[in-house]
Amino acid sequence: MKKNGVKMIKIKAKDVDVFYGKKQALFNISLDIEENQVTALIGPSGCGKSTFLRCLNRMNDVIDICSVKGEILINDFNINDKGCDVVRLREKIGMVFQKPNPFPKTLYENVSYGPTIHGIAQSKQEMDEIVETSLKKAALWEEVKDRLHEPGTGLSGGQQQRLCIARAISVKPEVILMDEPCSALDPIATAQIEELIDELKKEHTIIIVTHSMAQAARVSQNTGFFHLGQLIEHGSTDKIFKNPDNTKTQDYITGRFG
Amino acid sequence: MNLILFTFIVLLGFTSYYFGRRKAYTIQSTNKRLTALPQFYGYYLAIWCAIPAFIIFSLWAIFEPTIVKLLILSDYSNQGYLDDELNLIYEKTKALSRGQFTGEITPFIEASAEKYLSLRSIAQSSKVVIVLSAIIASVAYAYKRISSNSRTREPVEKFLNAVLFTASLAAILTTVGIVFSLIFQTIDFFKVIPLFDFVFGTHWYPAKAFVRDSSEALDPTMYSDTFGAVPIFAGTFFIAFIAMCVAIPIGLMSGIYLAEYASTKVRQYAKPLIEILAGIPTVVYGFFAALTVGPFLKELGTSMGLEVSAESALAAGGVMGIMIIPFISSLSDDVITSVPQSLRDGSYAMGATKSETIKRVIFPAALPGIVGSILLGVSRAIGETMIVVMASGLAANLTLNPLESTSTITAQIVVILIGDQAFGDPKTQAAFALGMSLFLVTLCLNIVALRVVKKYREKYE
Repeated sequence: MKKNGVKMIKIKAKDVDVFYGKKQALFNISLDIEENQVTALIGPSGCGKSTFLRCLNRMNDVIDICSVKGEILINDFNINDKGCDVVRLREKIGMVFQKPNPFPKTLYENVSYGPTIHGIAQSKQEMDEIVETSLKKAALWEEVKDRLHEPGTGLSGGQQQRLCIARAISVKPEVILMDEPCSALDPIATAQIEELIDELKKEHTIIIVTHSMAQAARVSQNTGFFHLGQLIEHGSTDKIFKNPDNTKTQDYITGRFG
Repeated sequence: MNLILFTFIVLLGFTSYYFGRRKAYTIQSTNKRLTALPQFYGYYLAIWCAIPAFIIFSLWAIFEPTIVKLLILSDYSNQGYLDDELNLIYEKTKALSRGQFTGEITPFIEASAEKYLSLRSIAQSSKVVIVLSAIIASVAYAYKRISSNSRTREPVEKFLNAVLFTASLAAILTTVGIVFSLIFQTIDFFKVIPLFDFVFGTHWYPAKAFVRDSSEALDPTMYSDTFGAVPIFAGTFFIAFIAMCVAIPIGLMSGIYLAEYASTKVRQYAKPLIEILAGIPTVVYGFFAALTVGPFLKELGTSMGLEVSAESALAAGGVMGIMIIPFISSLSDDVITSVPQSLRDGSYAMGATKSETIKRVIFPAALPGIVGSILLGVSRAIGETMIVVMASGLAANLTLNPLESTSTITAQIVVILIGDQAFGDPKTQAAFALGMSLFLVTLCLNIVALRVVKKYREKYE
């Protein structure tokens, strides 16, 4: 989205290096992410795109041997600073994973999980509203409104993934990170999620890691191409797919390697 | 002799294995396709060598003594001996033939002993002959079968199936046998002592039954108010309760710490250390409870103006709890660790802290396993013997004061069965009745545990 013709930058990564133990996984990544746009990260397996995504909400903290260097500014605040409150950060930056991972709880409890732990809802009524709007935004409400108190694990794969999206948006995050959200889903469920992503970008900034070039082309406005831990090229999706600067990007997109 | 024969058969088995395999190679060298891998031919032959030998050995073991006994005692038939006397004669004969008889040797018995020896040697040599000829016949048959390249894999697999089935059958039959022996003795016990008195009686004093003269007829009235099991049931559950009060919180918290908080390094050392606790013999816990904890509690209590028995339920239960900690901690650690990482990630990504994640996501997901481990701990607490025998006293007081001594089912079984006992005596049978009730309690507990686990599993999968 542009304000007065200037692109609004939501996330600014500067010289990010990531190490797993002694092995370096990301080299000097610098990438700007535009607000209320979908940014796709593409590249062959093991290129570091998921690792980069996990830097943005500090999910790499969970892995003992992983260390992140460099600056990641979100709203001009460096999240790698010592003073950064990870709990608040992750409230603002939601995440959807590759495999649908609903909690072994009811649908309602799955969606109300975030608002509960962040103390967002003041009353039961308010919570009901949050659950309903989140499920509606995730295009799941019509299918599940009569069985909110059944386990979330009983849904189909595509429904589970939409439940996870509803869970992520329940705390109104500014950014949603999606790590190959459709790789475990069939084409119909994938189409539903892609449609949803388009809808969600009105209110959220979305970064999606994907293996499907077609998906990147369909859903994203900007694309970054990773290879062997380096960000080879990034820019508008149009440009990357039609007229890339780098021959590696060209080769990958045309399917010559990867 | 048997040992030599047995070794010989084993060697024969190995030899036939090699023969079978070699035969397979020769068949293969004539460019025929084998029906199975060469070693199956070997196994096939070895099995045909072992089975007849095994069958004949077992039949012999079952029938030889009976037949020999019949033949010996046939000399004494029609002379008006009672069964008991005949058995005695047979035992004397056997003892004499082994040269261990010390009593007066009558010519009759001497003759029998000679007959016994000759019968035994006949039996022994005929066994060797029969076993060897059976082996030769069956191996020859099997060799013919593999020579014609007929199927060997299926019979071998079937044999393995049968062996495994027998093994599990043996386990099941043993259990059934034990349960039945419990049941019959228990029924005998309740013929003398009314079930009602046992279940609702509040006075347990089996020592009263010691004074009976075994030659006198049973007089049920003298056992009234002797075998009332309420105090010892109460004591059992009370001590188990104290034990679980110690074991559940500590075990669970240490399990959670190990699984979620401990660094790899701490976990690497702490987990084996906790598991060492599980390897300490219960006797050691017993004297730890009786000689260290009990007196310590007594002194502590005295200094606070409380009256504490040196053998108290608290000492026994507390130490028992320590004994159970590693079970609960180790099992719940395993269960928590096996909760998928994706659930943790999902929770962390929502901005949940570690404790919120554990409380709201991991713990509920791991609950079936945790409940299972707790119920396992309860079973152990109820069945534990040594600690209570040594540390909680043997007087069956009906009390809920943890500072007094109480007794448990297991401890009373020990008390009853130590020293002189006679079969068919209500005192001895009381032990079986107690064992039976203990078995029923643990059985119910296990059924409940399975139910609970199943219910939660349905909910969380």
